[in-house]
Amino acid sequence: MNQALNDNTVMRLPRGVRMRHDAARGGWVLLAPERIFQLDAIAHAVMTNVDGKQSVAQIVDALAADFDAERGQIRRDVLALFHALIDRGVLEVTT
Amino acid sequence: MSETALTHTDTTVAPPMGMLAELTHRCPLQCPYCSNPVELERRSDELDTAAWQRVLREASRLGVLQVHLSGGEPAARPDLVELVETCAHEGLYSNLITAGVSITPERLAALDAAGLDHVQLSFQGASDEVTEHVSGMRGAFEKKCAFAGEVKALGLPLTLNVVIHRANIHQIDEFIDLALALGAERLELAHAQYYGWALHNRSALMPRRADVMTALRAVEAAQARLKGRLAIDSVVPDYYAHGPKPCMNGWGRQTINITPSGLGLPCHAAQTIPGLEFWNVRERGLADIWYHSPAFNAFRGTDFLPDTCQSCDRRDIDHGGCRCQALMMTGDARQMDPICQYSPWHDEVQTLTLEEAGRDEPFAYRRFARTARQA
Repeated sequence: MNQALNDNTVMRLPRGVRMRHDAARGGWVLLAPERIFQLDAIAHAVMTNVDGKQSVAQIVDALAADFDAERGQIRRDVLALFHALIDRGVLEVTT
Repeated sequence: MSETALTHTDTTVAPPMGMLAELTHRCPLQCPYCSNPVELERRSDELDTAAWQRVLREASRLGVLQVHLSGGEPAARPDLVELVETCAHEGLYSNLITAGVSITPERLAALDAAGLDHVQLSFQGASDEVTEHVSGMRGAFEKKCAFAGEVKALGLPLTLNVVIHRANIHQIDEFIDLALALGAERLELAHAQYYGWALHNRSALMPRRADVMTALRAVEAAQARLKGRLAIDSVVPDYYAHGPKPCMNGWGRQTINITPSGLGLPCHAAQTIPGLEFWNVRERGLADIWYHSPAFNAFRGTDFLPDTCQSCDRRDIDHGGCRCQALMMTGDARQMDPICQYSPWHDEVQTLTLEEAGRDEPFAYRRFARTARQA
């Protein structure tokens, strides 16, 4: 179900999805049923903040503090990534 | 045997992402399309626990991320929980591919506690009758449904996996309803691939073209209708296709398969190609097998393919298709897959498909050869 995301939404990895470092190829991956997603540096930076506790707004704030980028742009990028991962069943909204 | 350190780093060959661990060829079901070879490996030849654990540690070091614990029925191995523990310890994503007819709730709970990541449960039919007809096991359907409930009760993610063929192709909508009713997140509807036992039973399994088209339409409609609720992966029957499948995503490119007795194969059907030399994990390290065994290096890349492939814009997409199928139908494993519309053998495949679909043969069920049968 593709829910609308807002600043208060809290995301988490569903059971059966794990993020880990991929030493052999370099970089980070999301491991999911029958699939592997290779994360680029930005996607990884976003996903390290997905812990089932922080809201979208808090994640955007954390990233804005770490990266020299406009907050509105960061928010758009974060939401785009979350929507893409939700569509693929590897991210979910906490209830 | 000591573990071999991964000292070799080949700059052209990438490490494997996935390993198919065929723990055993023993299975309570007798499906006539089983992907195991017709010559099944026996229990007395199976790797022991320590050997599998070593292979899993080597796989992790080599770069494998996901391990598919398969068979036969992997639960026929008494050490399944231990092997899942080793996967978890090594950070390997463990996927249990099971028939779901022989795992008690207690054992499933132990697998869950050991760190199992995902369960892929096979269904042969969407009803009691079809399941028994295809699997050769009475009461299997009810057991599978109960097992699915136990998987979901533990919160484990569940994929239903169905091999589609003439005897169940009319049940596509029922399989989709079943997946929803059982709470599965994913459903794989894979048309039979004609190797091993399925090749042996091709004339009993090959669906008719009209039924294939109806089934594909039903799957497409359900994919659109259930987006975000149930992911449906569809594997089309390649005999009815114009282009070959990207078999294994390329030979020796992403996946390594270990047989119950320890042979390292580029795909589960690779032993049908004569003259290939396979190495065994009993004698060699996994990295050595991946990078250096003659079988893995036999068809890496695309240089060996015919000229037609070299100028084709799909060369790096389908890698020329399946080597086993090329050999089977053209006599030459270096040919393009004869499924390809540009293959000189393409018309022969179409004719053969029509003939096979028109036959009415009984199943030859998957069994160990009668001589020296073992428990």
